[in-house]
Amino acid sequence: MTTSTPAKWGLRTLGLGYLGLLLLAPVAMIFYKTFEHGFGPPWEAMTSPEALHAIQLTLLMVAIAVPLNTIFGVACALLLVRRRWWGNAWIDAIINLPFAISPIVIGLSLFLLYGNNGWFGPTLSEWGVQVLFAWPAMVLASIFVSLPFVVREVVPVLHEIGTEQEQAASTLGANGWQTFWRVTLPAIRWGVAYGVVLTTARVLGEFGAVTIVSGSISEQTETMPLFVHKAFEQFNEEAAYGGAIVLALLALTTLLLMNIGSRRAKASSAPIPAGTEVPVPASTTKEGS
Amino acid sequence: MEAHPANLPPVSAAPRAGIRLPGLGTGLGRGLVVLYLSLMVLLPLAAVVDESLSQGLSGFWNAVNDPRSMAALKLTVVCSLIVVAINAVFGTILAWVLVRDDFPGKGAVNALIDLPFALPTIVAGLTLLTLYGPESPIGLDVAATRAAIVMALCFITLPFVVRAVQPLLMEMDREMEEASTSLGAGGFTTFRRVIFPNLLPGIVAGVMLAFARALGEYGSLILITGNIPFETEVSSVFIRAQIESGNVPGASAVSVVLLAFSLLMLILVSVIAKSGRHRGDKGRFKALLDRIISRSQWGGQGV
Repeated sequence: MTTSTPAKWGLRTLGLGYLGLLLLAPVAMIFYKTFEHGFGPPWEAMTSPEALHAIQLTLLMVAIAVPLNTIFGVACALLLVRRRWWGNAWIDAIINLPFAISPIVIGLSLFLLYGNNGWFGPTLSEWGVQVLFAWPAMVLASIFVSLPFVVREVVPVLHEIGTEQEQAASTLGANGWQTFWRVTLPAIRWGVAYGVVLTTARVLGEFGAVTIVSGSISEQTETMPLFVHKAFEQFNEEAAYGGAIVLALLALTTLLLMNIGSRRAKASSAPIPAGTEVPVPASTTKEGS
Repeated sequence: MEAHPANLPPVSAAPRAGIRLPGLGTGLGRGLVVLYLSLMVLLPLAAVVDESLSQGLSGFWNAVNDPRSMAALKLTVVCSLIVVAINAVFGTILAWVLVRDDFPGKGAVNALIDLPFALPTIVAGLTLLTLYGPESPIGLDVAATRAAIVMALCFITLPFVVRAVQPLLMEMDREMEEASTSLGAGGFTTFRRVIFPNLLPGIVAGVMLAFARALGEYGSLILITGNIPFETEVSSVFIRAQIESGNVPGASAVSVVLLAFSLLMLILVSVIAKSGRHRGDKGRFKALLDRIISRSQWGGQGV
């Protein structure tokens, strides 16, 4: 539409003004606050034993939850796209649940399963396994909140690439595993990578679900977001802002990786349709970008 | 990153399920996927529902109907409605600016839209507090007021409508608008009669996803709202307080109400996806919404 100049400027001012006041100004402000007195105080706060332990524990969450959800995500996406089954509609609906549920409810649900009066808690503590208020419950919370990302990123890619190459591979004698490793996985790798980035970011920053099941014990069950929260409540501003900046920088890295990822995905998917001049059924037409 | 897809650990039998292999592989893979999903998601949620009914239906009703929990629920729903209304307007404007307008730095602005999804919620709250809290350099202190709830929720749900409307706007046929203008319609009439109806599915889907997200939000609210019962205590904060004071059945009952709201939103979004834009193309709109659902937690590049 040929928008008149005043209207264009009006919309631009409104949109960008809203974004600036709500998003950019506060983020700029927290960077300013953190480095107000130079790099020394935040650096010191971030190299304290509590902070270092929180960083380690956060990385442990990532190291367990991300691979598990990646394997599940790829398997589940293959099941949803390549197999017709009555259960698929259910799986498809359940996959979205973690996105819509309050993190606090997720935390409560794990609390009810693994607590002392919970469904599994008594049995597990008989076996000497401490789940609640220890890292296992925090891992379970991280898995829950980040479960759908890989599935949701891989499913559209699987639709897009179609089955011709996989069929060709089986015709040429490849077994299921060979087809998966040589044909399917290379074709969906950017989708998987994108999903992994999203999963990682979510696990790094999860607060609500983890706060319920962790007990937030310093140097034991405190991840970075919990550390930031506690530092702020104890009026330890350097540590709170320092931790927030570490997490914010990780978030900005996520955005950067996502940008690169989507560009690569576009670039790598471009030559494939050019080579396949086989008539494609309407249902598998490529998604517009 | 930690787990690069190229060096994934050996995959269990599950991926066989996807590949055209007859026999055991299929059943086993399917079984493992269903088992994982049940253990990780369904069983915990079942425990919440079970706990909420531990004192019977009347116990459930009393817990929800308790003045403090009712006040929290009302506050949550009202604030979320205000927030999605604000973001429906500004989200559509931002989508418009990002698609149809051109200015230096547009790419960066487009990428930054996703920041609220990438930023951990606790950092989001702290961030708002530095500028709009008690130490505000511009003298605007909203901490511990209801305005703070609206502000924080606006922040974290900002990308939903933008990302839902953007692709629809990109695909839209400009000829329709040109036809409308050449037939003498003014800018506003063209918007109301031609553009808006085309964007509506995206706006509605974005609004519902934002609403579901806003209802359950916790991390960004905990620092800035003061958590005063009957004043600024939202449902998620109320649930947390009930767990800490040992009233787990009460916490579960309110959780089930939130769960029901979330489910309703998901169902409505999928109904919209299925009814689609009237010209068919359902699968594509469904895929689009699924991607928005996914990226609306962590953003994305406009699908």
